[in-house]
Amino acid sequence: MKIRIKFAKYGTMKFIGHLDMMRFFQKAIRRADIDIKYSEGFSPHQIMSFAAPLGLGLESYGEYMDIEVRSMTSTEDMKRALGQVMVEGVEVLSVTVLPEQVRNAMASVAAASYSIKMKEGSFPVAGLERKLQDFYSQDTIPYIKEAKKSTVELDLRQGIYELHSDADGAIYMLVNASSSGNIKPAMVLEKFFEFAGVEIPAAAYQVTRLETYTETTAEGAKRRFIPLAEVG
Amino acid sequence: MRKLALSDDILMQVEKPARYIGNEVNSVVKDRAKVAVRFAMCFPDVYEIGMSHLGIQIIYSMLNEWDDVWCERVYSPWVDLDKIMRKKHIPLFGLESQDPVRNMDFLGITVQYEMCYTNILQVLDLAQIPLLAVERGEDMPIVIGGGPCTYNPEPIADFFDLFYIGEGETQYRRLLDWYIENRNQGGTRGDFLKGAAKIPGIYVPQLYEEIYNEDGTIGGRKKLYEDLPDTILKEIVTDVTDAHYPLKPVVPFIKVTQDRVVLEIQRGCIRGCRFCQAGQLYRPVRERDVDRLKEYAAQMLKNTGHEEISLSSLSSSDYSRLDELLDFLIEDCSRQHTNISLPSLRIDAFSLDVMSKVQDVKKSSLTFAPEAGSQRLRDVINKGLTEDVILQGAALAFEGGWTRVKLYFMLGLPTETEEDIKGIGDLSNKIAAVFFDTVPKDRRVNGKVQIVTSTSFFIPKPFTPFQWAPMCTKEEFLEKAYQTKQGIMEQLNQRSIKYNWHEADLSVLEGVFARGDRKIARVILEAYKRGCLFDSWSEYFHNDVWLQCFADCGLDIGFYTTRKRADDEIFPWDFLDCGVTKEFLLREWKKAQTETVSPNCKVQCQGCGANRFGSGICYER
Repeated sequence: MKIRIKFAKYGTMKFIGHLDMMRFFQKAIRRADIDIKYSEGFSPHQIMSFAAPLGLGLESYGEYMDIEVRSMTSTEDMKRALGQVMVEGVEVLSVTVLPEQVRNAMASVAAASYSIKMKEGSFPVAGLERKLQDFYSQDTIPYIKEAKKSTVELDLRQGIYELHSDADGAIYMLVNASSSGNIKPAMVLEKFFEFAGVEIPAAAYQVTRLETYTETTAEGAKRRFIPLAEVG
Repeated sequence: MRKLALSDDILMQVEKPARYIGNEVNSVVKDRAKVAVRFAMCFPDVYEIGMSHLGIQIIYSMLNEWDDVWCERVYSPWVDLDKIMRKKHIPLFGLESQDPVRNMDFLGITVQYEMCYTNILQVLDLAQIPLLAVERGEDMPIVIGGGPCTYNPEPIADFFDLFYIGEGETQYRRLLDWYIENRNQGGTRGDFLKGAAKIPGIYVPQLYEEIYNEDGTIGGRKKLYEDLPDTILKEIVTDVTDAHYPLKPVVPFIKVTQDRVVLEIQRGCIRGCRFCQAGQLYRPVRERDVDRLKEYAAQMLKNTGHEEISLSSLSSSDYSRLDELLDFLIEDCSRQHTNISLPSLRIDAFSLDVMSKVQDVKKSSLTFAPEAGSQRLRDVINKGLTEDVILQGAALAFEGGWTRVKLYFMLGLPTETEEDIKGIGDLSNKIAAVFFDTVPKDRRVNGKVQIVTSTSFFIPKPFTPFQWAPMCTKEEFLEKAYQTKQGIMEQLNQRSIKYNWHEADLSVLEGVFARGDRKIARVILEAYKRGCLFDSWSEYFHNDVWLQCFADCGLDIGFYTTRKRADDEIFPWDFLDCGVTKEFLLREWKKAQTETVSPNCKVQCQGCGANRFGSGICYER
């Protein structure tokens, strides 16, 4: 049986990296006595896969992992059992059973939404919403990405699906998070701050992932994003 | 949500910020207002090393079980954070509360190896606590040292308010009660220390002075008060089965050296190898009840979620119920997909059978520790292992499919000759030959065998029969390593043998600290001030700085290392009593020189003196 677990990661836990979060959940599943499936072979490992990795320093209320279990009583029981073995800053938000044919979390990620807030005060950008719209209405937003050996030029504009400010002065963005076209919020912010003519150090603002989405084209050709937890 | 001591900005700059945030599973957070004593427990090395230490987990768990005490953990900030904390004057903090260590009542530091001495000063310095105990005011924490190196506390005596000599389970309650009582009656720091000095196992160095002879050796000791004890007997747990055990050890987020459940099956060792300090310090051998261990294993795996369990002891093969325990673990663990990591076991049919069940034979290697290349020298050091036993074990292992063997030796042992050194190459070669004799060509998996021969340099340690032995100079050590290499190169199967040796500079310094006196503190302080830190990490070890510090302090390294000690010399650590008598150690030192072996505790009591504790193997026969 395939299970999708949605969790939040915030506070001090934002300093725990992606691989260490996987280790944390591997041990948590053992503490919670979840009857997870193991792979075959000499050193069996838990069948577990994570959706889009979250960068160090980011908080999230929309993290996902899929596991396979051999048995379970109910999703409520599993949520409760996991909840009892968490630490401050990691919270299991939902546990759902996945239909067999659904692709795993990692493969199905299409987009993620983020909220960016200044840790103190507000963004030093006059007319923030207007500036964001000016920035967003550009045809292209070229971005030079430094890779290991070469540099790649991307067009960020294509991967930004929504960009606006919120009532509380935060910046909201919905961007491509698929394995092929992932856009980090920091890339968009870098270009936007440049566009707005301000310099804001990364430590001054907090990026929070709000939700991770998959894509459906079921209704005609229109693209629609739905949260990973709402599949099936 | 707890507030962190370090800003987001700093945490994003340093390597592995998870080292500094606490919040791990099973870490203990208490209400500041409801505890009487705040205790910071420190391992003065980087988090991944310190978190792997069982002793701290025991004390942490025991202290936190008491409602009126809150014990937190502290480790050495890595060099990147160290720089930032100095620059910004950020005080070192406890991981749990993130409060400054200097505001706590106690700072306990476990001293597990000599090369961490500068890190002790780093921890004090970053905590903004005066480095010298006598300079600490009433508002400063009491700094306690413990662990194997404190069996010669003199080189670091100036930095500590008190040392707890021996096993931590026994006297902490009494010590903390006295602290609370003294505080309630308005007593001073001095009052506390004077009272603490009368608690069994507690040594307060500033209440004693070393008296030196003209030649620099110890003439005696002066007590500052008449009613202080002359000698301090180590503390020991008489019933290890009922002693406190940490069933909910802290589970780190990042991968640490010991990323598994650690089950301590016994304390002490029956063997009596003459170079080995642990073998004397932790006498007598005391076994933990096997049924209790089975319960602990199950509970600890459940409480931590670890995927692996490992047994801990000085010589696991000597544990009387090992078969039963391993059978249980193999049965229980395979159901839970838990790995068993085996400690170094004596290689025989039983252990090979167990190993083949729990590890991938093709990938794992077997370890033998003959320690010396010839039977003569093995008799000198009282290492019972014979060549026949090693070769038979190797043959069994090769038949079982193993193709990798690790061999450990020491260079510079007392009475060592060129013949003994040559024996290292010979033995390595014979083991390779056993492989070619045992395994027919068509069954050789990779076509060959891999022997990895490693040597370390022998360092005489206090409370061992070799505490009288002269240590080699750096040049002698390097010459011996060269001879070993030559000896291996001459072997028929030399292509199957890989040779590694340790760094000599570090060994010489360790030798000074191991048998040093109070004068050494000046050198440590000076080296720290000149930037020495993380000396056990070779990339941060600056031998030239250390040598200059010795010269500038007017101290001669050879006095502490290569000097021949008279039988009746008073050693800096003689005022401590680890249970084993100096008469016994001297007897063993003489027997070593006549190449006479001593049977182990199970075979025949050697009258070492440890039977005075009234427990363990001394009373089991």
